[in-house]
Amino acid sequence: MPRLLFEKTGNAVWISHLDLMRVFQRAFKRAGLPLTHTQGFNPRPSVSIALPLSVGTQSHCELLDFDLDGESVSCDEICNRLNSALIDGVRVLQVYEAGRKLRDLALMQCTVTLGYDNPLTDGAGELLQKLFASQQLIVPKKTKNGVQDQDIIPMIRNLSVRQLSEKELEISALICCQNPTLNPMQMVVAIEMYLPQLKPDHSRCCRMDLFDNNEEIFR
Amino acid sequence: MTELLQRVLPTVQKPARYTGGEYNEIKKDPDGARVRVAFCFPDTYEIGMSNVGMRILYGVMNEMEGVWCERVFAPWGDMEEAMRKHNIPLWALESQTPVKDFDMIAFTIGYEMCYTNILNMLNLAGVPLHSKERTSLKNIVFAGGVCAFNPEPLADFVDFFALGEGEEITPEILSLYDRAKAENWTKDKFLAEVSKIPGIYVPSFYEHTYNNDGTIAQIVPKYGAPKTVQKRIVENLDTAYFPTKMIVSSTEIVHDRANLEVFRGCIRGCRFCQAGFSCRPVRKKRADVLYRQAVETLENSGHNEITLSSLSTSDYRQLKELTDELIPYCRGNKINLSVPSLRADNFSRELMEKLQTLRKSGLTFAPEAGTQRLRDVINKNLTEDEILATCQNAFSGGWSNVKLYFMLGLPTETDEDVLGIAELVYKVIQTWKEHASNKKRGLRVHVATAYFVPKPHTPFQWEKQITPEEYIRRCRLLKSHFYSKSIEYNYHEPDLSRLEAVMARGDRRLGPVIEEAVRRGAMLDGWDEYFNYSTWLDAFAACSIDPDFYTVRGYGEDEVLPWDTIDVGITKRFLQCERDKAYDGLITPDCRHGCSGCGANSLLKEVACDA
Repeated sequence: MPRLLFEKTGNAVWISHLDLMRVFQRAFKRAGLPLTHTQGFNPRPSVSIALPLSVGTQSHCELLDFDLDGESVSCDEICNRLNSALIDGVRVLQVYEAGRKLRDLALMQCTVTLGYDNPLTDGAGELLQKLFASQQLIVPKKTKNGVQDQDIIPMIRNLSVRQLSEKELEISALICCQNPTLNPMQMVVAIEMYLPQLKPDHSRCCRMDLFDNNEEIFR
Repeated sequence: MTELLQRVLPTVQKPARYTGGEYNEIKKDPDGARVRVAFCFPDTYEIGMSNVGMRILYGVMNEMEGVWCERVFAPWGDMEEAMRKHNIPLWALESQTPVKDFDMIAFTIGYEMCYTNILNMLNLAGVPLHSKERTSLKNIVFAGGVCAFNPEPLADFVDFFALGEGEEITPEILSLYDRAKAENWTKDKFLAEVSKIPGIYVPSFYEHTYNNDGTIAQIVPKYGAPKTVQKRIVENLDTAYFPTKMIVSSTEIVHDRANLEVFRGCIRGCRFCQAGFSCRPVRKKRADVLYRQAVETLENSGHNEITLSSLSTSDYRQLKELTDELIPYCRGNKINLSVPSLRADNFSRELMEKLQTLRKSGLTFAPEAGTQRLRDVINKNLTEDEILATCQNAFSGGWSNVKLYFMLGLPTETDEDVLGIAELVYKVIQTWKEHASNKKRGLRVHVATAYFVPKPHTPFQWEKQITPEEYIRRCRLLKSHFYSKSIEYNYHEPDLSRLEAVMARGDRRLGPVIEEAVRRGAMLDGWDEYFNYSTWLDAFAACSIDPDFYTVRGYGEDEVLPWDTIDVGITKRFLQCERDKAYDGLITPDCRHGCSGCGANSLLKEVACDA
């Protein structure tokens, strides 16, 4: 099944996962690229997005699998036609004939930007760095079956902190994104719990790239 | 988008409805826009974006050189709270510009219970509520839509109303404003000039005085304003503007599909129905024009569903030609074609079968009344035989879901009529037992009753509304006669319908009540989550207004009615005559069996009424 890599930025980050599927289904239709449909009582166009993205999160590395009906169209052509039928903030970066098996997807590079209403004191970055160098960090995780404690340290491969401005810090981390999965915003929860003086007034997250377990880029 | 808004968005439900940026949204260079219009829909994004009228007028305005029209919707409660907390004024989606910076603020009003949203939106925008407090040419507030056919409850707040269909009148208004702004007119001069455009009603040009009993003594036009203002219509729908480049919402809306209006007006004349009279005369669109617009819209939007809409789609003469072409196109492109508002006639049954191959939907009837006698009174010429024949057909074809809609409190209604509903439902169940192809599935009959609301410009415009207590008694009576487990009976709560009745036939004295209700926190009244009846009762009490005056009192035929200034093309004589016939239990055949002389054809100059 063909796969495409797309980014979700700007105001498009507020579109939910389910709504984004519809955005793509309609974009394919507008681009004159008919999708095959699922079998069953309520046939649906076959598009699926690898890792659902939380509302509000930016991404430069979303993967979408699709299946076209009818005559074959080159990958570049699909890319161009889709981009002219898409909305601002959703852009196809590349189209592949086929993708790797999703079960090989293991790691994600992401950034979490922490914003403060007041200027930061010296050494804030080092404090954060030290926090994530702990042996363990237990953070409650909301699941379908209630709240469970989760140690997030084993799910962080590497992490660095830099100061963007006098009111902004950025965490850059390589984290597990499948079996187990770390929601990057759990790092913000850890800060709120264990480093309350650096609790951000607002924060946002961005997915940068995807990797397999050997840290090779995953497509 | 401001940094502040970016910080608020993660804290609210469904943030995508506040950001704009959808496919086919119209953006223009603000420097080239001489007239900027904030087009407000007084309900949420999901409702407003489903409104065909708004889509048409958005396109009409943006087709004009020098005009930029942007969309504004009412925020949900969580967003409103955040806006008030952080002092974020209401903004328009396209440019994120605050509404208070716009030249004109337009509202389209289709439902009485959104009046509080209008005030609340002006409030959130930081625009003064009262027309007289807005003294300059900036922030001219005007409104249209079906509620403008009795605009009096909003007379204090809206500078002028545009009556009827907006395709032609709206550009006339904006062109005049363009000139007024260039020549630096005063607001008074603009209002005086705009009132000369046919179809414009400026409420401040009319003085209402009252009798001791509370009825209106007289309505006196001032400043040379006309005694009555006649609504506008578009005569030729084939050449009228239609937006085939519709905005495609990025988030799910109520009617998330393309929508094609096949004709306007109605030949049926159900005596309770405001749209049936006020949207006359009947004007059709040619099937080939509709087919072309359907294909263009679908290709431009990428929708996988299209609806053919009208007040009664079976009455569209070219329905066969149109669907014969559309069905194959839709099938080939995996598009679902839905045709609501079909009557229970033979062709419709065939058509339903053809559509069924695409996707199966429910079967809905609106007999409105339980006995033939009462159906004749309201001129709803749907017979029991038609209903049962269609049910039989559907049940043998494997359908097992029926919805039946009725009203309680119709003029002349007795307990016998109420129980007639139970009898009809029983016969539907019997039909299923005799004809169901698969009884294992079981049958679901959803029955819903609404509380009759008399509306202006209908033969029932003078009628009493029954009391809420009496309505509930009739609901309970009916409920006690439903024995089958297959029946699911829901009745509307009377509170909202009572208020709707007050607003629908209200006069200017309701302005302070609406304002008081908003002050006490009323908003999004159409939503169960927010509707609070006691807020309204308190507001009525605070203003010393008795809601019963507008509901259970009934209006006298010789009384001056608040909407007497508004002419929708139907003569009062005709409405009176229809009312008399209702009381005699006489039906008026549909317009295709002979013109009943309602008067609406006098609105036509170029084409004939298509009834």
